[in-house]
Amino acid sequence: MNFVVPDFYPAAAEILVAVMALVIMLASTFARRVASDLAYGLTQLTLVFAALVCVLVSPNLLAAVAAVISEVPLFGVRLAEIVMGLAEGYAANEVVATFSGMFIGDMLGGLLKVFSLLAVSVALLYGRGYLADRKVDRPEYYLLSLLMSLGMMVMISANHMLSLYMGLEMMSLSLYGMVAFDRESSRSTEAAMKYFVLGALASGLLLYGMSMIYGATGSLELSGIAQSIYHQAANKTVLVFGLVFVVAGVAFKLGVVPFHMWVPDVYQGAPTAVTLMISSAPKLAAFAMAMRLLVYGLFELADQWQSMLMFLAVLSIVLGNLAAIAQSNIKRMLAYSGISHMGFVLLGLLAGVVDGDRNFALNAYSSAMFYAVSYVIMSLASFGMVILLSRAGFEAETIDDFKGLNKRNSWFAALMMIVMFSMAGIPFFIGFFAKLSVLQAVVAAGYVWLAVVAVLMSVIGAFYYLRVVKVMYFDEPTDTAPIRAQGEVRFLLSANGLAIAVLGLLPQGLMSLCAYALLASL
Amino acid sequence: MTGMPFLSLAIWIPILGGLLVLATGSDRNAPLARSLSLLVALAGFAVTIPLFTQFDTSTSAMQFAEFLPWIPRFNINYHLGVDGISVLFVLLNAFITIMVVIAGWQVIQEKVAQYMAAFLIMSGLMNGIFSALDGILFYVFFEASLIPLYLVIGIWGGANRVYAAIKFFLYTLLGSLLMLIALLYLFMEAGGSFSILDWHKLPLAMPAQTLVFWAFLIAFAVKVPMWPVHTWLPDAHVEAPTGGSVVLAAIALKLGAYGFLRFSLPIVPDASQAMAPMMIALSLIAVIYIGFVALVQTDMKKLVAYSSISHMGFVTLGFFMFNAIGLEGALVQMISHGFVSGAMFLCIGVLYDRMHTRNIADYGGVVKTMPKFAAFFMLFAMANAGLPGTSGFIGEFMVILGAVKFNFWVGFGAAITLILGAAYTLWMYKRVVFGVVGNSHVAELEDIGAREFAFLGILALSVLAMGLYPFPFTEVMHASVNELLRHVAVSKL
Repeated sequence: MNFVVPDFYPAAAEILVAVMALVIMLASTFARRVASDLAYGLTQLTLVFAALVCVLVSPNLLAAVAAVISEVPLFGVRLAEIVMGLAEGYAANEVVATFSGMFIGDMLGGLLKVFSLLAVSVALLYGRGYLADRKVDRPEYYLLSLLMSLGMMVMISANHMLSLYMGLEMMSLSLYGMVAFDRESSRSTEAAMKYFVLGALASGLLLYGMSMIYGATGSLELSGIAQSIYHQAANKTVLVFGLVFVVAGVAFKLGVVPFHMWVPDVYQGAPTAVTLMISSAPKLAAFAMAMRLLVYGLFELADQWQSMLMFLAVLSIVLGNLAAIAQSNIKRMLAYSGISHMGFVLLGLLAGVVDGDRNFALNAYSSAMFYAVSYVIMSLASFGMVILLSRAGFEAETIDDFKGLNKRNSWFAALMMIVMFSMAGIPFFIGFFAKLSVLQAVVAAGYVWLAVVAVLMSVIGAFYYLRVVKVMYFDEPTDTAPIRAQGEVRFLLSANGLAIAVLGLLPQGLMSLCAYALLASL
Repeated sequence: MTGMPFLSLAIWIPILGGLLVLATGSDRNAPLARSLSLLVALAGFAVTIPLFTQFDTSTSAMQFAEFLPWIPRFNINYHLGVDGISVLFVLLNAFITIMVVIAGWQVIQEKVAQYMAAFLIMSGLMNGIFSALDGILFYVFFEASLIPLYLVIGIWGGANRVYAAIKFFLYTLLGSLLMLIALLYLFMEAGGSFSILDWHKLPLAMPAQTLVFWAFLIAFAVKVPMWPVHTWLPDAHVEAPTGGSVVLAAIALKLGAYGFLRFSLPIVPDASQAMAPMMIALSLIAVIYIGFVALVQTDMKKLVAYSSISHMGFVTLGFFMFNAIGLEGALVQMISHGFVSGAMFLCIGVLYDRMHTRNIADYGGVVKTMPKFAAFFMLFAMANAGLPGTSGFIGEFMVILGAVKFNFWVGFGAAITLILGAAYTLWMYKRVVFGVVGNSHVAELEDIGAREFAFLGILALSVLAMGLYPFPFTEVMHASVNELLRHVAVSKL
């Protein structure tokens, strides 16, 4: 058997992150005195560079960005030409598979990787002061977050059950470590333990499902599985049995009902900086996992998994919103709200195939992706605000900690209000357009009753978001300590909040980027 | 017609101006915030004047139209335009905004910039609602206008403000989200178009029409508000600060009624015809039953709030009889109610600022200490009761005429309101203004100052002018109303 040197090019960003993780590990061992500053700086640099590399090596991504930019009035067309010039000589124009078909380089993966890396970078920036205040600002934290990013990237680009599982475990194990990072805190340890046990169970389910699918189709490669099912070479019963376990594994990672039990406890128990991390980028990775497994691998079984997703989506939207009302802890509230948001992502995923007609797929999946990206932007801002209000020796955890924020600092109160209204799906904010595009896909697929359930639950959801606005604006402050945060956190948080408003006024760019990505990758 | 984008200016001057006012920051700059707000409100009104002077009354087509692609992914466009039905509301809205800014001049001492900004932004959003010709654009403005009103009630409202604000928000959100589904359904049926004008031509089967009608009905009925989904309004009115009550009564209530005209009637005409008996019954219940409810109120604001519901019942009654005089009467009634109810709430605000009570029993003999105020209050109370010569009479009379044409007993039921309206308004007026001076607080009252005289005076002139010479108003709406009725008469099945 000959050894073929694989094409490393599509995986350039992953290789960069892996090498830098090793470099940082070594560097922080030797430069002990400045270890955490060094690790933090290098990690941020790596994340940003890796995102850049992703843009360059992902097929079609630059062209799509150029197309989006060219719609900007005034100098948009000129700018688009410059971007197109950059694109020459970098990205190939087709989907490439490498490492014996284990790894796939396409625009969907490229775009999701860019968003995930940026989300991790933002989350690290928000969380740094918080970690320093609690004396856990150690280099290992940054190392773990890089390894988590690497896991996500592998997962997003996986074209093979094994590489997908490997990426998933790499991400999850790093996250377990991060949740337990504050080892003095018994709550964090408990949360990590819970997360680990349940996560391992879910991984087991996923592996079990994968093994059945392997048994039925004789292939671990996603395109091979699709081929085999298409030619009706696989045993349907075994296949559907395996599918149930795969869907359960995906549902666990997305955190949807009834596989959601870990979400509120982990969100509450983890240090807020880590909660911020869990609630953002990994959701994109989980979305990618759902896309790869269900759409790329098991598309022929869409009828089966769509009805499973419908069940999960309705339960998540109903239970997430109802349970969120009862919460007084804002991290728990946001956890339940996240469950319902993931239900909405599923709504987009389940509207792709109607009676065997696949013309809805592009519209539906790009809506789901747009929803996931919007949710990550909102989630970063919401937990960023929770971190902003925390300080040394004080955890902003209950909704009451937001009391009278308008009197303490009207700018950040306005930002939090934007985030809350956006999550509730009130226009002109991005959350509304995310809901609109998903509901549009659902109605197009003919599930009007599903859309009605979703909006009725949104009204209930609006109640707890409104309550946060209420305590900020209508109540008197009980805590009068001034808000202290580094300049860059203030700046980025403001930019993040404003992005929610600006993307709400002009959502077209992000929407069409998601649509292009799926068009080029499906 | 010139190329100036007057509608965009009418929307964005108040919104951007509001953000600018917000930027003046803390209460140290309150005087600056106040004058800046007045300037923005005046500028916002100035750009709506050409909408009236350059309006072509001979056509029912959309005028001052603007069209820009907004979200091509879903074929959503920034499409604006006004016809004879909507143009007057844009003007009314811009006008009322000035009144609200002046009315809050001294009363609001806390978070002045935020207060003024909320009203300015709300005013821009409401102009957007009246001029949007794209379903999603309409929806976006419709929903977004909830945010400032929610904050206004919650921050500057009375004792029970939090309950009222949340109730107001959730009630209206529930209605409008169902409308969103209807919009998406129409988008699919129309082959991927959100254009309201395309929807007007879209043929729909009866079951679909009925469902769409109900979705719109829930959204708009809550907003109007129609009996039995009116219960949020008295709470919101009572707890809101004066400015909030004025905007709520004068403009926000019109949104629902406007929605019937722009969406329900032309898009689902057959369902509207079929549901007309139910709508007429609901309207009559609102007119008569709520009129009796108003009679027993002890709180002035609550009384006017119920009177608003009763008057809006008149409006919906006028819509669903499908004759020109009833529909035009309903439109006149809407404009007139905008002036009159706004003025009533401003009057109550004047009293409340001095006495800090809205209880009718706490007053008595106000005329002795505030003669000028009593005169104004008299005029507005008469207009509210529908006295000939005031704007209130024209609308009510036209609707009753239409109703008699439609069915004598409906007309009879509607006419009862003239008696009821006179009874509850004048009885309240008598108890507050006449009689012996009730207590020492009333004896110490000061009459209205120049600022209050100015805004009450302007409103009084408007009420009288519209009552004595309504022709310019009816002329503007004539072509569009006839076109609408022609359109509704043609079945879409």
